[in-house]
Amino acid sequence: MNLSSEFRDPDLCRRVLEQIQHLADSPFRFMEVCGTHTVSIFQSGIKSLLPENISHLSGPGCPVCVTHDLEVNTFLALAKMDLRLATFGDLMRVPGSRGDSLKKVQAEGARVDIVYSAFDALQLAVDNPSENVVFLAVGFETTAPTVAATVKVALKQQVENFFILPMHKLVPPALQALASDPDIRVDGLLLPGHVSTITGIEPFMFLAGDYNLPAVISGFEPLDILQSIQILLRMHKEKTPAVINSYKRAVADQGNPRARKVMQEVFKPVDTAWRGLGDIPGSGLSLRKEYLGFDARRKFEPAPLQPETNTGCKCGQVLKGKILPPQCPLFASVCTPAEPVGPCMVSTEGSCAAFFKYSL
Amino acid sequence: MSDRVLLDYGSGGKASQRLIREIFLKHLGNPGLNRLDDAALIEDLSGPLAVSTDTFTIFPLFFPGGDIGSLAVHGTVNDVAMLGAEPRYLSCAFLLEEGLDMQDLDRIAASMGRAAADCGVQVITGDTKVVPKGAADKMFINTTGIGMVIADPAPSGSRAEPGDAVLISGTMGDHGLAILTHRQGLKFETDIQSDSQALNSLTTRLIREVGDVHVLRDPTRGGLATTLNEIASQSGCEILLQEDQVPVRREVQGGCSFLGLDPLYLANEGKFICILPEDLASKALEVMRSHPAGRDAALIGYVREGQKGRVVLRTSLGGHRLLDMLEGEQLPRIC
Repeated sequence: MNLSSEFRDPDLCRRVLEQIQHLADSPFRFMEVCGTHTVSIFQSGIKSLLPENISHLSGPGCPVCVTHDLEVNTFLALAKMDLRLATFGDLMRVPGSRGDSLKKVQAEGARVDIVYSAFDALQLAVDNPSENVVFLAVGFETTAPTVAATVKVALKQQVENFFILPMHKLVPPALQALASDPDIRVDGLLLPGHVSTITGIEPFMFLAGDYNLPAVISGFEPLDILQSIQILLRMHKEKTPAVINSYKRAVADQGNPRARKVMQEVFKPVDTAWRGLGDIPGSGLSLRKEYLGFDARRKFEPAPLQPETNTGCKCGQVLKGKILPPQCPLFASVCTPAEPVGPCMVSTEGSCAAFFKYSL
Repeated sequence: MSDRVLLDYGSGGKASQRLIREIFLKHLGNPGLNRLDDAALIEDLSGPLAVSTDTFTIFPLFFPGGDIGSLAVHGTVNDVAMLGAEPRYLSCAFLLEEGLDMQDLDRIAASMGRAAADCGVQVITGDTKVVPKGAADKMFINTTGIGMVIADPAPSGSRAEPGDAVLISGTMGDHGLAILTHRQGLKFETDIQSDSQALNSLTTRLIREVGDVHVLRDPTRGGLATTLNEIASQSGCEILLQEDQVPVRREVQGGCSFLGLDPLYLANEGKFICILPEDLASKALEVMRSHPAGRDAALIGYVREGQKGRVVLRTSLGGHRLLDMLEGEQLPRIC
């Protein structure tokens, strides 16, 4: 039995489910922060196995879903300029304010390459010295360190045709904003395993300390998720809200200091807007002074369309856990994976897409 | 001959003749093709015939476990076989980009010749066009296959019935992941090979030895999930798929997990779905497992009344969820 299959073992999962059923003696609303958790919960069928009085909500943990309209319009404006974009696959179908997407502008002649890492994008620039390559730097603390390391390499190697569009976001400030919103009723959080490998546990401690909100850093296999829910329920029963790291096989309590160091050397925190959540202080990353030469916004000065204020899309409410995707009036009628209005429907890790794809 | 394909080779003149003789007839020649008439004469087929055509565009041209040439034979032979037919003849049209390496073309034609001989079909007519550099990506191949239907009635995606069992001839996702990883230069612990292979000798045995096969379908683009959705929709029934019964190689599972892909949606080029009455399932499995192309065969689900056109997945944990068609292509995720 390998490590992965052990965490998918049906018998072990069944035993934990029985304990969950025993502990869930009143209604609970738990939010998973990470999009990979959302997909895992649906794909493994956990959603159909949990007791009915446990509602699970998907929070702002899908990097595509929280990318603001203005940022989408900015990279679409860049795509229409004389340069080459390098992006993770997730962004290809995200619609801008006029319904454009990288897929569509690519069909019209824009040059867009799907890459697996920022280093691949840098290599693209090195291999094509006559072209300007812009990497679309989205993602949370998980991806920011490798982007930072890539920028450092680009500086060292004096690659002059490589740029990034910084759109990174930081998870703890977003959770601070959520936890302090009096309208949001959440009984516990599944904290993102990938992000926590970098941050460690400390940036999340305020959840229990300031808001009495139990939270568990969770892995992504079914048994990880079920055990995390069980821990949340037990903390409620014992009235001992805390932040627990139950993903110790991947997450050290202190996180990854080296990755944080490189991230802090290249980026500095700035206020930024999240789709649906609005402006959140200190939740974005911009390049520090010595790396500003790599900033695609400064170099190319794209002129993005201003986002429309009222599209009817309720992604923001979904990301805050205020409504479930089917409660959005656009869900499955105007907004589908084929013609998504909001990124929660377009992203493979989006809550709306998961409801659409997996719900019976 | 030049070491590169020139526009001259598509001119219809002497250069074209040299290309046909020195590449295509050398590897694909047979008495029918060697006549070089405008059309092929077929004298030995009778009864219901199955015809299928497909165009192959693939990057890279050579991949672990195959190449565009063998794929162009296997793909069309398999499509003909899925109608319960014995494939016999192929046509073959090449669209070549100016500048294509002549050695690559020779290797691909040789590979087609071997693949055709292995599955007992002859290429009896063909065509070659050369387009200017940049107008096509190296090489496209169209093949059309023709064969005699031996099943009565012929299997069809519309014939799945409640009470039928759903079988699969082997592991899922090998081809799709092999192509993707080779294309991106990704290395895993084990080299993942395409499953490209001809299935006609196995489907012929199934029809002759088991009989009453309702559906045969190869889950190529879109993979198992998409193909089952097509069948459920054509037949107006619901299919229940049991996740823990679907064979997936460990290295494919691992690669998919790493890339954020689902093996149920990855393309296969050497596997087929067989749907038939449940009481014939064990006999069919026995036949499949005794053949090299079906040694990992498994019973993976059932057809039931349920909701028309829907595929439900029973997960390994015992939960249930919708298994929908894929929207567009699978794209690797951010983290």
